[in-house]
Amino acid sequence: MKHVDEYRDGKLARAIAATIAAEADPTRDYAFMEFCGGHTHAISRYGLEDLLPANVRMIHGPGCPVCVLPIGRVDEAIELAKNPDVTLATYADLMRVPGSRGASLIKAKAAGADIRMVYSTLDAIRIAEERPDRQVVFFAIGFETTTPPSAMAVKLAEARGLTNFSIFCNHVLTPSAIRAILEAPKTGGLPPVRIQGFLGPSHVSAIIGTKPYDTFVAEFAQRIVVSGFEPLDVMQSILMLLRQVNEGRTAVENQYIRAVTPEGNRAAQALVDEVFELRDSFEWRGLGAIPHSALRLRERYATFDAERRFAMTPIVASDNPACECGTILIGAKQPADCRLFGTVCTPETPMGSCMVSSEGACAAHWTYGRFRDRARASAGRAAS
Amino acid sequence: MCLAIPAQVREILPDGMARVGLDGVVKEISTALVGDLAVGDYVIVHVGFALSKIDAVEAERTLALLAEAAGAPAEAMA
Ligand code: SF4
Repeated sequence: MKHVDEYRDGKLARAIAATIAAEADPTRDYAFMEFCGGHTHAISRYGLEDLLPANVRMIHGPGCPVCVLPIGRVDEAIELAKNPDVTLATYADLMRVPGSRGASLIKAKAAGADIRMVYSTLDAIRIAEERPDRQVVFFAIGFETTTPPSAMAVKLAEARGLTNFSIFCNHVLTPSAIRAILEAPKTGGLPPVRIQGFLGPSHVSAIIGTKPYDTFVAEFAQRIVVSGFEPLDVMQSILMLLRQVNEGRTAVENQYIRAVTPEGNRAAQALVDEVFELRDSFEWRGLGAIPHSALRLRERYATFDAERRFAMTPIVASDNPACECGTILIGAKQPADCRLFGTVCTPETPMGSCMVSSEGACAAHWTYGRFRDRARASAGRAAS
Repeated sequence: MCLAIPAQVREILPDGMARVGLDGVVKEISTALVGDLAVGDYVIVHVGFALSKIDAVEAERTLALLAEAAGAPAEAMA
């Protein structure tokens, strides 16, 4: 497929890896965070870490919307779906996400709740139009990529006079999470993590542009390279970060220039701004409460807000206290450092956010990484 | 779940919709977020919406840069 296959060439990937190895200063350690779960997935799936020299380390960040959704919000959605008047429309990714005590939407559906998987918010609107007797609630989650489609649904519902449509809004903001990670050592008493640069998200940046990252250069002397999702995009972006470090530069650069501009998608931004406003604070699974990190519906669109329409009460639930996601997400620890990893906690029975989706750090390590650990360990034994 | 994929516009439909080819599958998507498109354009599609247009010129430039990144050590050795 055009615009995909060209960026998956294994030979080129190894050649770029050779350039990275040649330019990596052996006296230095490089630690870069890929914010986005999609990058984590690409890095794991294509074994890109194996191509990198030992002193170039990738830290898997929190950019996986399913992973950072707090259990309490999943519980709330399940409660809502149990309301006999409600049809809950949701993206497929959310069906298996565990809430408290092993509950999930898929189990609630099996028990009789009216839950429909949809591909697009437009499908949820269609259901509301076809079933005026049902209260259709769209379970809206995601970063800046999925927010404009939710805003569009609200606008359509209003234009078509739908009184039986609302959304349960859980949209979160990428720059706020990056800030929380950079400030974590200061605010949370967490160990300082030396992140020397970020692989910036691809499609979030297609919406918000590259400008919102400028502040991280000014305030934190950070480096951000907005990167495409394909393996060669990732390799080139790592090389760009490494060159910035070597040259003592801190800058926002754009590798994904074929789809991302400095300004981003203005129409989408205006739409989101019209429908949504900032929440004072929002809980992120694994990272805790982050100020101004999520959106809710503006007063003007209050009738489309499921939280208000159904007077939903917040449910607070917490992860297993042994879960290390918080420290893994800021790069202070690695999945294998968690004593629950692979024993109590697996993708079938996730105990924490990083195991929930294949884009999470622990799940990626479970699926692809542990074999590498084993191979390295045996290679180490053979060498000694 | 922020995975989004390039798709080629096959047909412009009324009401801000378009028919696109996605890895052999034909889908109807909303083009409301990207404005005017022409048949043959490539767009990034996510949850049924086109998020941005792919700039063919910048794509070519990126491929050239990739080749350069891959070739750099050989040049250095020569
Ligand atoms: S292995 Fe499970 S419990 Fe441990 S940090 Fe990862 S998600 Fe949390």
